[in-house]
Amino acid sequence: MTLPEQEVLVGPEETAAMSAPESSGGEHAGPAVVLRGLHKSFGSLIVLDGIDLTVKSGETLAMLGRSGTGKSVLLKLIIGLQKPNSGSILVQGQEITSLDLQAMNEIRKKMGFLFQGAALYDSLTVEQNVAFPLKRHTKMSKSERRDRVKELLASVGMEGAFKKMPSDISGGMQKRVGLARALALKPEILLLDEPTAGLDPITSAEIDELILKLQEEHHMASVVVTHDLQSAKTIADRIALLHEGNVLIEGSFSDLEKSDNRLVMEFMKRDS
Amino acid sequence: MSHNASIPHRLISQNVPQAPSLMRATLTSLWSPFNGFFEWFGELGLFAWQVMRAAVRRPFEGRELIRQLDEIGSKSLPLVALAGAAIGAVLSLQSRSSLVHFGAKSMLPAALVFSIIHETGPIVTGLVVSGRVGAGIGAELGSMKVTEQIDAIEASGVNPYKYLAFTRIVACILMLPLLTLAADLFGVLFGWLADTLVDPISFTKFIHRGFAGTNFSDFLAPTFRTAIFGLIIGMIGCFQGMRTQGGTAGVGISATSSVVMSSLFVILADVVLVKLILVFFP
Repeated sequence: MTLPEQEVLVGPEETAAMSAPESSGGEHAGPAVVLRGLHKSFGSLIVLDGIDLTVKSGETLAMLGRSGTGKSVLLKLIIGLQKPNSGSILVQGQEITSLDLQAMNEIRKKMGFLFQGAALYDSLTVEQNVAFPLKRHTKMSKSERRDRVKELLASVGMEGAFKKMPSDISGGMQKRVGLARALALKPEILLLDEPTAGLDPITSAEIDELILKLQEEHHMASVVVTHDLQSAKTIADRIALLHEGNVLIEGSFSDLEKSDNRLVMEFMKRDS
Repeated sequence: MSHNASIPHRLISQNVPQAPSLMRATLTSLWSPFNGFFEWFGELGLFAWQVMRAAVRRPFEGRELIRQLDEIGSKSLPLVALAGAAIGAVLSLQSRSSLVHFGAKSMLPAALVFSIIHETGPIVTGLVVSGRVGAGIGAELGSMKVTEQIDAIEASGVNPYKYLAFTRIVACILMLPLLTLAADLFGVLFGWLADTLVDPISFTKFIHRGFAGTNFSDFLAPTFRTAIFGLIIGMIGCFQGMRTQGGTAGVGISATSSVVMSSLFVILADVVLVKLILVFFP
């Protein structure tokens, strides 16, 4: 596989962040996620071909790219649902590729994941879905848990759906509930897999606003995979465009607009 | 220009496969099903290992286990009882004419009880549960897999091998012997009903004759061998469900393969276990 010409716009802050030493536990001052030389393939199909990427604490990074460029795979690698063939993944300074399941689960408690189709447990009510991580990882009493679930559902505008089943609510509502569940353990890193996919423009804008509001409230580092350039422009501090298993360009939205790379221009033109 | 460009196209296309490569292709196609079979076993072994590793660590998911005991046990009871009742009635009606022919009518209760306790009850329960529960587990977990719910469980720091698989497997192991007792009970009860409708006999007398030569130990081995059936049904159902691929079509395949494979292995295990029981409890 031939690699495209790379156009990475990396500032001095970022370079410092990349070389931050390892640390663990407590409040983390270094980058939230650092990917180095990450390779992932399925059989003979190379999906990621030596990706290098850094997500700083508190920033929102949007990952754009054509279908099948490995954006969702990248999120699953960060949360340990898949293992890379080679390369390094540092989450808050801790290398996760060599962790055992128990240690990985401790790391996962610091992360929230919104799946593409929300992935709500269809045998549980909306309340039970949001309470699921709380029940397993906290010592909250039933009433405390109920209050926390109420608070979370209110923050995503779903306070009325407490007793509903996931099949009884719309796709946009499912995404909101999924977001509430992802936020249940007050994560320091939020991973969002196409949060506006399949939604109408108004609901998409509402979800974007909700993500922005939650960002302001919780100051998490976020990685958002999306095809929606408008959404990326709204919610992201920085954008990375993936192409043929690598980062083609990395920078702010205006950096991408100014780029004279043919693929970037095509991507931006198609959306506008 | 490539080297082949100078060779006429006709000559290139007339190349016939060499004998060794043809033989290799034939051997590969013959070996392929065996390879798939061994691969399946290997993956099942790895899955069982993952479940066992998860099982020994806290928390033990007691609430989910209770939910599964209800789902697998209580909800299978009507079907198992009905199957047991039907088998009891049919056995009674069909054995009757043969026994009357040989002048051994009085042996009917004993023959019926022996047959139900030793073989019919356990195997019918195993097959009925592998149909109902095997398909249910395969389809439920398969659907969870393709909609990323299993990934969501894992992403929230919960081990799906324990939360989903271990609880279902243990529920199957615990519930199969109890369901077998229910099938035995309904089989004997409806066997008596079928018998008494043709030639009235009191229930007490029927039970007395039926259990005259039966010890408590006669119950134990055949009933508890169904715990192995439970292990097979739970393990194969969870394994097939959690390896589902390919959307809704994949869910259908998982549900079907769960039933087929678990029924097949229940029958095979029955043959092996009957032999073992005869060796160790003659």
